[in-house]
Formats: sequence, C-alpha cells, structure tokens
Amino acid sequence: MFDKEEMKKIKQLKKEWENNVIQKTLEHFPERKDKFVTGSGKEIERLYTPVNLEESDYNKELNFPGQYPYTRGVQPTMYRGRFWTMRQYAGFGTAEESNKRYKYLLDQGQTGLSVAFDLPTQIGYDSDNDMSLGEVGKVGVAIDSLKDMEILFNGIPLNKVSTSMTINAPAPVLLAMYIAVAEKQGVTPDKLNGTIQNDVLKEYIARGTYIFPPAPSMRLITNIFEFCFKEMPLWNTISISGYHIREAGATAVQEIAFTLADGIAYVDAAIKIGLKVDDFAPRLSFFFNAHNDLLEEVAKFRAARRLWAKIMKERFGAKNKKSLMLRFHTQTAGCTLTAQQPDNNIIRVTIQALAAVLGGTQSLHTNSRDEALALPAEDSVRIALRTQQVLACESGVTETVDPLAGSYYVETLTNEIEKQVLEYIEKIDKLGGSPQAIEKGFIQQEIQNSAYQYQKDIEEGKRIVVGVNKFKINEGSPKGLLKVNPEVGRRQVEELKKLKEERDNHKVKENLKLLEKAAKTDANLMPLILNCVKSYATLGEICDVLRSIFGEYKESVKL
Amino acid sequence: MEGKKIRVLIAKPGLDGHDRGAKVVARALRDAGMEVIYTGLRQTPEQIVETAIQEDVDVIGLSILSGAHTHLFPKVMELLKENNVEDIIVMGGGVIPEEDIPELKKVGISGIFTPGTDTRDIIKFIKEKVK
Repeated sequence: MFDKEEMKKIKQLKKEWENNVIQKTLEHFPERKDKFVTGSGKEIERLYTPVNLEESDYNKELNFPGQYPYTRGVQPTMYRGRFWTMRQYAGFGTAEESNKRYKYLLDQGQTGLSVAFDLPTQIGYDSDNDMSLGEVGKVGVAIDSLKDMEILFNGIPLNKVSTSMTINAPAPVLLAMYIAVAEKQGVTPDKLNGTIQNDVLKEYIARGTYIFPPAPSMRLITNIFEFCFKEMPLWNTISISGYHIREAGATAVQEIAFTLADGIAYVDAAIKIGLKVDDFAPRLSFFFNAHNDLLEEVAKFRAARRLWAKIMKERFGAKNKKSLMLRFHTQTAGCTLTAQQPDNNIIRVTIQALAAVLGGTQSLHTNSRDEALALPAEDSVRIALRTQQVLACESGVTETVDPLAGSYYVETLTNEIEKQVLEYIEKIDKLGGSPQAIEKGFIQQEIQNSAYQYQKDIEEGKRIVVGVNKFKINEGSPKGLLKVNPEVGRRQVEELKKLKEERDNHKVKENLKLLEKAAKTDANLMPLILNCVKSYATLGEICDVLRSIFGEYKESVKL
Repeated sequence: MEGKKIRVLIAKPGLDGHDRGAKVVARALRDAGMEVIYTGLRQTPEQIVETAIQEDVDVIGLSILSGAHTHLFPKVMELLKENNVEDIIVMGGGVIPEEDIPELKKVGISGIFTPGTDTRDIIKFIKEKVK
C-alpha cells in the first residue's frame, strides 16, 4: 500500500526510534508487562506502522464495501443507509408472558424479534415429559403445539416483523409452526422474513441441545435449505453459530475457525443432496460473539467476512454475489458478565456492542446487566436496548463505513486472524471435516483447553476482571431479579391435556404415520411436518416419531 | 505414603447444555490431585446417584445454569437419603440466585458456588469437608 522508497524510510526511522527513544524510555519507565497478548494469545507489538502492512494489497484484500472480498462490509453504504436490526433475544414462561415482552420491546423501538425457547422445546420434549421436570418455561418460552405458537405471536403482524428463532434439533417443527401461524394471519411463506438457527453441529460442540445423530441431523438441516429455496426466499435457513463456541471458552480465532468449518460442512452436505451452491448459499447467515478485546473483535469480524468470501468463491465456485457475503448477527459475550457489581456489565456490553458495530454486524443483541444472576428484568433489558440506540444515534461511529480500516494495528490483526483461522480449517480438513473433528473430540478439546487457560489466567491475576479479582467491594444481594412463575409447568401440562382432548386425534395419528413412513425414505420431511403441526400434533409427538427412526445422539466427553 | 485420593463426581442434571464451568472445575480438581468423573449432559437425578454409588465418590458437584436447580438439587438429595449414602458431600454451582441458597442448604447441599468463584476456593472446600 506504500511505495518502496517511502517504506524504506519508515523502516529506517522506526529502527532509530526504537534504538534511541524507546531504549531510553524503557530505562526510566519499564512497561507494565513483559509480553502483551491478544485474547487469542497472539503477541501484540508496541507499535504498528506501515511496515506491518508491507505485503498488503488494498484492492485485493480490502476493496470497497459491498465488493469482494467484503472485508469492509457487505453493503455499500452500511449504517449510512440503515442501522443494524436491534434484536433482543427474549422469551420465558408461557406464550402469553413472552408475547407481552415482545410487544413491550417493539414499543420501545426494537426492530426485530428473537425467540428464546425453553430447554424441553429445544430438545423436542413436551412439557409433560419426565425429562422436562423443573425446566418448563425457565430459559425461554414453552411451546408444545401450534396452539402455543398462535398465542406467542398474537397481535404481531408477521408480514411486518422479522423473527429469529433459536431452535436447532427440532428446527423443522418450529419453522412449520411459524408458517402455520402466518397462514392464519393471511401471510404466505414467501413474505416471511427471519432466521432459524438450525445449526446442530455447534450443539454437539458447545451448546448441548442435540437430539439426533449427525447424519439425520444434516438431512433435516438440508431439508430446510431445499424447502426454503422453493417456498421462503426471504428466510435465512441457518444461522451458523460461533457464539456458543466462544461462550464455551474458545478464543476469537477458534470461534471463527470452528464456525467456518461448520459452514463448510453444511455447504458440502447441501451439494451432496443435489442442491446448487448459488441456490441455497445466499440464505446462509452467521452468528458471532462480541467479547471484550475491542480491536481484536473488530478484526475478527472483518477477517471472517473476507475468508468466507474466499472459501465460497474458491472452494465452492459460488458465482452469486450473495453467496459470497457473510451476513451475521452478533450477541455480546454472556460469559464476560459478572455477578459481582452487576451494573459494571452495562459498560462491558457497551464496549462489546461497539465492537460489533465497528465490525459491521447486520443485527445485534445486547445482554442485560443482571444475566449472571437470572433472566433479565424488564428495566435491565431496556438499558441493554438503549445501549444500542445510543451507539446508533449518538456515537458517530455509524456515519462512515468501516471506520477502523487502515489502522495499522486492526489491519495487521485482521490478516493474522485470517491466517490462524485458515491453519485450523486445514487441520480440520485433514481430520475429514467438522463432523469428524467433532466425533474425535478435537474441537471440543481445543475449546476446553482455552476455557481452562482463561480461568487460570484470572486466578493467577494475569487477566483482570474488574470487581472479581480486582477492585472488589462488599455488596448486598441484588434486588429486582426476574423470577419465572413456578406455576408455568403445571399450566402448560394442563393445557396440553386439554389440547389432546379437543383435537382430531385420528388425523394426528394419520399424519404422524405418514411422517414415520417418509422418514425411512430420503424424502424432504418439511411438508409432512407442516401437516402434522397443522393438525395440532405436539412437538414431542413429532420428535418421538423421528427419534424412533433416527435414534439419539450420545456425547462422549474427554476431559 | 499418600492417603486415598478424593473421588469427585461432576454432574450435569437436567437439560441444560452449559458445561464450560463443569468442565473447568473438573479439570481444576483433577489438577489438584483428585480423581474426577464427569457425567456429561442430561443426567437424571437417578442416573447421578447411581453413578455416585458405583464410583464410590466422596463428593458430588452439580452444575445447573437453567434455573432448574430448585427442582433437581433437592431430588438428588432425596435419592441419596433413600440409598443410604447421605455421607456423600454435595455441592452445587451455576446461575443460582442468592435467595434460593438457604433452601438448598436446608436440604443438605453443603456448598453453593456461583459465577466468579475461584476454583481454589472449591478445592479448599472439598479438602476441608472430606477428611
């Protein structure tokens, strides 16, 4: 990016500066640490200069926003055109309660919905299953059948909002319910906007809500790709997620590496069943974490965008521009929230959200200050949303595209992260791809090692967490935490009993039988699941049918 | 000669998939010289107690971040009593609101460790309890 003569001069002057100025300074003022490192353990130099970018080629590696390789953003004007979608992940208790929270958030200026389901729903159990004991409505809303889903979106026009649903193993069932609710509102599937997480590989790696073994899981995922290509052109068919991988302890580099490796596995699987890359790839989306190391995070997002574009173009021969664009949702890092002095979390979230915005995110969830203690209370959620609104409307970072580009440090980090990620992907390729690397426990162990190191660094005081291992105070117990109504489980079970008495059980049985038959073939199961859902078959009933054919996944853990 | 190694079962009851803390604690205890067995996810209280008896552990560490601790922790304690192995020391960790702690202590959970805990405090706790 600089001419040869100029570069020579900079190098020479830098050497002089180091030998004279720095030497002398260090004699009187030694630095705070012997070695400075990024969150991913990469050593950070004292100063970055054009010398670090000697090999860089602006047109090739950065180019302009909206142009390959999209390092500077997927849209030409980014936030000058429109802010990111402010999308707070929410849901708890019954469908009625969650519906109320959604309406509150929309009233407060939120621009998209994000549904959190409770664990039984995420693992395909009805509320009356023995395994659901104590979990109903706890970490999200309990959905047993279409009836609950109708209540959840009551009075929310599905042709006007975009909805993201964090559902993976039973994704086809919840997507079918969403389609059915929309139909009742008079909205056809081709008008629906939103995202289904549908990323089971990271469930095996880090998040834990798997049901079926990898092969049938990949089939259900690609069934959704195919179905949506035909019926739901605006829908994001998967949200390939690094968020949970990072939460489990991965570094920034590992987060991107394992996420893109999963992405490669999904593209491979879809091509294998005969889909054309440019038919489904434009609807792939991603989900990343925004952690504390502001500049490393910004570089991480930029590197991910550039590398995915290269992979899609060079490895898969994608031609459609949209297939090359890595569009992503971001959530601030839950694992950085402290139970101690919880108001400090507002500041952490602000820094992390800023990283996401400077990194060019398409949508954002900001965590609430009280989430190390409980599900967030309404006033905490409001502050979290206001944080985004302050960044959008007041901070000024939105007024130009990719404002940190050209920073010697950020560009160097972007290059380094890309390089390190690529090394991991090559390693995973050698193991046979992400599903095999998961089966061998490679990915999980890499993450566990990082998580353990992180904890040790905190305990040895190498990593400071304000309020936890430094600047501690004696504090009283926190007030005003949200408590999920303990009656939720009982109510949900009662409603389920009523439903099973009222619906046409003959029809349900017939539809489940048809699903069972189709599951044994390689038919696309989406239309059959849609029929089951419309006859008010429950989530548990549908998943039980699939369990009986596909079997269940059992993890093996090496510590 | 060293004494018998302390045996610890780290368990994830319920449907919660957050296992970062459980795994970090398991490794820290192992590095502190204990024998550690980790159950993996989605264990019922029955499975946990059965494993604890089979493995003849001194300590059970339960980890839940989903809010189901108020149901599942007491259930484990009940089953330990039924099986006459109440001498096993039980500790719990995860996102556990302070107001729930007295109730959990009442049913016999002897230590509750919430986010921000130093693993050395857990090690100290176990060494003091198991004698």
